[in-house]
Amino acid sequence: MAMLEVKDLKVNYGVIPALKGISFEVNKGEVVALIGANGAGKTTTLHTVTGLVEKKGGTVTFEGTDITKMPAHKIVEMGIAHVPEGRRVFPELTVYQNLMLGAYTRKDAQEKAQSLASVYEHFPRLKERARQMAGTLSGGEQQMLAFGRALMSKPKLVLMDEPSMGLSPIFVGEIFKIIEEVSAEGTTVLLVEQNAKKALTIADRAYVLETGSITTSGKAHDLLNDDSIRKAYLGE
Amino acid sequence: MVSFITNLINGLSLGSIYAIIAIGYTMVYGIAKMLNFAHGDIIMVGGYLAFTIITTLGLPVGLGILVAVVGCLGLGVAIEKIAYKPLRNAGSPLAVLITAIGVSYFLENMALLIFGSDPRIFTSVVPFSTVKIGPFTIPGTTIISIVVSLLLVFFLQMFVNKTKPGQAMLAVAQDRDAASLMGISVNGTISLTFAIGSAMAGIAGVLLCSAYPTLSPYTGAMPGIKAFVAAVFGGIGSIPGAMIGGLLLGVIEILGRTYISSQLSDAIVFSVLIIVLLVKPTGLMGKVTQEKV
Repeated sequence: MAMLEVKDLKVNYGVIPALKGISFEVNKGEVVALIGANGAGKTTTLHTVTGLVEKKGGTVTFEGTDITKMPAHKIVEMGIAHVPEGRRVFPELTVYQNLMLGAYTRKDAQEKAQSLASVYEHFPRLKERARQMAGTLSGGEQQMLAFGRALMSKPKLVLMDEPSMGLSPIFVGEIFKIIEEVSAEGTTVLLVEQNAKKALTIADRAYVLETGSITTSGKAHDLLNDDSIRKAYLGE
Repeated sequence: MVSFITNLINGLSLGSIYAIIAIGYTMVYGIAKMLNFAHGDIIMVGGYLAFTIITTLGLPVGLGILVAVVGCLGLGVAIEKIAYKPLRNAGSPLAVLITAIGVSYFLENMALLIFGSDPRIFTSVVPFSTVKIGPFTIPGTTIISIVVSLLLVFFLQMFVNKTKPGQAMLAVAQDRDAASLMGISVNGTISLTFAIGSAMAGIAGVLLCSAYPTLSPYTGAMPGIKAFVAAVFGGIGSIPGAMIGGLLLGVIEILGRTYISSQLSDAIVFSVLIIVLLVKPTGLMGKVTQEKV
């Protein structure tokens, strides 16, 4: 059984359908990419899984539990962390306070300290800036903070929304390297990206989303070599 | 000189009551992003609750204060659940603002219905009437108001900065969706904010009625508006700002009343608001937030 199973998911914004009944699954240990053009419904898909957007139909199952109607703040406790589009760090709190809020649902102080140490290991820069207000960080550092904050909940599955957006190539490379590291440590990743080439390079499997429907899916490696995908999403 | 300092102390006393009310205003604004114009009337309810227990029923003062605080806390949470929460995702923030004004009239009219329009004389809950320090004779309520407000601000700052629910409040204030992604219940945090703000309004009600003993259904209206001015003056959303705004407003009001004109004292208070907003639109401690892209 897949770790995350999404079946026939439908979402409307007002009368406009944003997701027209999509189905996909993410297996334990995989990196799955969701690629597609602007407005295809990628961010909506992630928001729907974590309960930020109301569903019109369909089901979401995580490790066998139906989480379709679960409120957003309960879903974190299930083991799903979401790194939202645009980072969404708390600008007037310090880097350290942001990270500790990431561990909000966890009780054991020792385990939290371990997670903090591991986040600082992945992102040494966050340790240097621990006492700095998050709003004063650069875009790339904020992306690292948002990622680190998500890892503080010790998630089984991380949803990443456009981690490369607005970042310099150096930061993009660094973030993708850390996604691979986190995946190697056993965390499952669902990655939404406009930078399809980058995403397909690190993903095991991928789904292509077009105006609210999944049109193609398969092994990331195959999609990377598929002519129509190359034309439409890789700019070749 | 002695009379000036006495006036200053009286100003700080009134100001510390404004500060307690203003903190409730500012917390609710900062976290729930709404102006709760019924906040002043919760003070009045606190006054009547204490009056009923202490004077009408002749029960102990401590019980009266407890009932006022707990009653206001419950009332604040209930108002939020019944009147404001259903409108939280309404298209216009005006909907909830107008509802708050409606709740304010509702509370005033309920008090009118139950207690009538005749003012009641509130017996001070402070056990000592005056304290002599050197050449100054200071009313007991003055000292208690100042001490209580300082303690409240101290504990509130500790709570917000050092505890998990306090950090959750800051997170909800800054980004509601991101807060819920951390596992924070936004509804629960907003309820907690109303609970704390309204309990403080209950304390303010008891202090206000002890200092100014006439209690009527409209007792809370003017202090409520002035506390709102104090909150804006200090920078709405900021707890230390509300404290400073409240204290300054109380001092300005008392000094203005004594040295300029007793009729114009309210006009002076509101002129101060206008001047502050012209010079520094974010208030004394208000921050201009810049967003990085």
